[in-house]
Amino acid sequence: MVAADSQGRRIPRVRQATLGLRVHWCVLPFRVLLVLTSHRGIQMYESDGSVMVYWHALDSGDASPVQAVFARGIASSGHFICVGTWSGRVLVFDIPAKGPNIVLSEELAGHQTSVTDIATEPAQGQDCVADMVTADDSGLLCVWRSGPEFKLMTQIPGFGVPCPSVQLWHGAVAAGYGDGQVRLYEASTGTLHVQISAHARAICALDLAPEVGKLLSAAEDTFVHIWKLSRSPESGHTEAAPLL
Amino acid sequence: MSVRTLPLLFLNLGGEMLYILDQRLRAQNIPGDKARKVLNDIISTMFNRKFMEELFKPQELYSKKALRTVYDRLAHASIMRLNQASMDKLYDLMTMAFKYQVLLCPRPKDVLLVTFNHLDAIKGFIQDSPAIQHQVEETFRQLTEVYGGLPAGEFQLIRQTLLIFFQDLHIRVSIFLKDKVQNSNGRFVLPVSGPVPWGTEVPGLIRMFNDKGKEVKKVEFKHGGHYVTAPKEGSFELYGDRVLKLGTNMYSMNRPVETHTSGASKSLASRTQESIAPNPLAKEELNFLARLMGGMEIKKPSGPEPGFRLNLFTTDEEEEQAALTRPEELSYEVINIQATQDQQRNEELARIMGEFEVTDQPRQSASKGDDLLAMMDEL
Repeated sequence: MVAADSQGRRIPRVRQATLGLRVHWCVLPFRVLLVLTSHRGIQMYESDGSVMVYWHALDSGDASPVQAVFARGIASSGHFICVGTWSGRVLVFDIPAKGPNIVLSEELAGHQTSVTDIATEPAQGQDCVADMVTADDSGLLCVWRSGPEFKLMTQIPGFGVPCPSVQLWHGAVAAGYGDGQVRLYEASTGTLHVQISAHARAICALDLAPEVGKLLSAAEDTFVHIWKLSRSPESGHTEAAPLL
Repeated sequence: MSVRTLPLLFLNLGGEMLYILDQRLRAQNIPGDKARKVLNDIISTMFNRKFMEELFKPQELYSKKALRTVYDRLAHASIMRLNQASMDKLYDLMTMAFKYQVLLCPRPKDVLLVTFNHLDAIKGFIQDSPAIQHQVEETFRQLTEVYGGLPAGEFQLIRQTLLIFFQDLHIRVSIFLKDKVQNSNGRFVLPVSGPVPWGTEVPGLIRMFNDKGKEVKKVEFKHGGHYVTAPKEGSFELYGDRVLKLGTNMYSMNRPVETHTSGASKSLASRTQESIAPNPLAKEELNFLARLMGGMEIKKPSGPEPGFRLNLFTTDEEEEQAALTRPEELSYEVINIQATQDQQRNEELARIMGEFEVTDQPRQSASKGDDLLAMMDEL
């Protein structure tokens, strides 16, 4: 287990309260990497944290002086690791089976505002194409198909309410919003299937237990809810029921 | 980290400071004209145009210690004096009050309404001074210009930046304890009832739709809280009903303001280890202070106006006692700079230091850096 705090690196007297510091285990086909993001860049470590195998400094080139620069949102898809940035760009890193020869292979453009979260799931069979979803501060969701070149499949507009957390389950996108709503969409088409008035404050995080189809939402209203997701056999639509 | 946070932090903390000073001036029976002069002087220094210009420049938030030096200067902008213990208590109250307000803001954007509440009250303090009124309204306009169009995501970042600034501050304030909005361990109580934020729906409903967007199923569930719909949105105009009560004067009823700094949580003690390593940010903080204070035009007292000392405690003995028993980890020590080893002598800084009003005779000291250090020691 790894815990990250907002104090940044532990240097005495230097309180770099680093916002956007996220940590994520990226499980790839042949290795596990520990990825950290901050306002400086992206670090990747071997899974025991012993060796840093890669460092990517964020390019703040076109940032205006009022812009906060950071990386936020980490997910792995196949042998790729994707990391979101302040500008909306999603960086795609190609990870070899071992060693430090990591390469930035693509920069995905789809978002105009800072990326908040990324979610992936293993491809659900040949005809399921969407296996990654990215979210941003305007609430926009972008649904992608991974590959040597990532392809943008659908965009789901957000109407200005930030989407801090997103999950992907059996072709359904689960998104938690700053107005306390949890919404489920069909990933391939972007159609809204479920809308839950789940919380009275902004949602902080969603988590998923994919085998049993349970979704957890935690928000600033101090509540945590668990929802049971299922696919309706008649319509094929995703449904949600409250569990806790 | 948002670089647009400082104006909100400064104005709201300043507003709280004025509420507390106003209450203490009345409690200590300071004559009306003297009290008004003090508030007028402080407000006019706060809203000075050059100062506001510096404040609104995009910049990171600096440490609590650095910011406190600014408020120290501000509190002494008039004929009033505060002892160290009273200044400490004042700053404790200011920071805990604003922390509470930020935490309880229904929407991140509501921190702007809190700021407007403070400004509305400040205008009330200076009703007889049209010149200062104008300064305050100018700041209002600037706030609207900078923050009026910011998207929700930006406000969420500002909110997080502010909360990080207030992290680990758990000073117990008697007014909060009495109202049961703070627990005895210093943590604030987050209410789970009342109106939802504007734009949020009352939790408890699951709606399911078909491919054509038609609602096909509705399920209700028990949320756990007791929320109701928001009645209306607060106004962001120059004048208007803010609706939100956060940021209004909670001291207007004559309630004594005590803080309990003893028995602070153990985790606080273990966290703040004083390191002798020089603070790499010290130079940045010094420059920030120099710029900010350079913009402050401190008026010299005109005429034979005698000063007076304000006490934030009910008796002088209490104030002395508070100074002696303040826990080590909560002392607002001066910024520890190895000034004599500092290679770069800042000429501009030295010039600004020379302009500061000094009540004692000026010290003769070899290096310019020592001057600033000594001045901070005095605060």
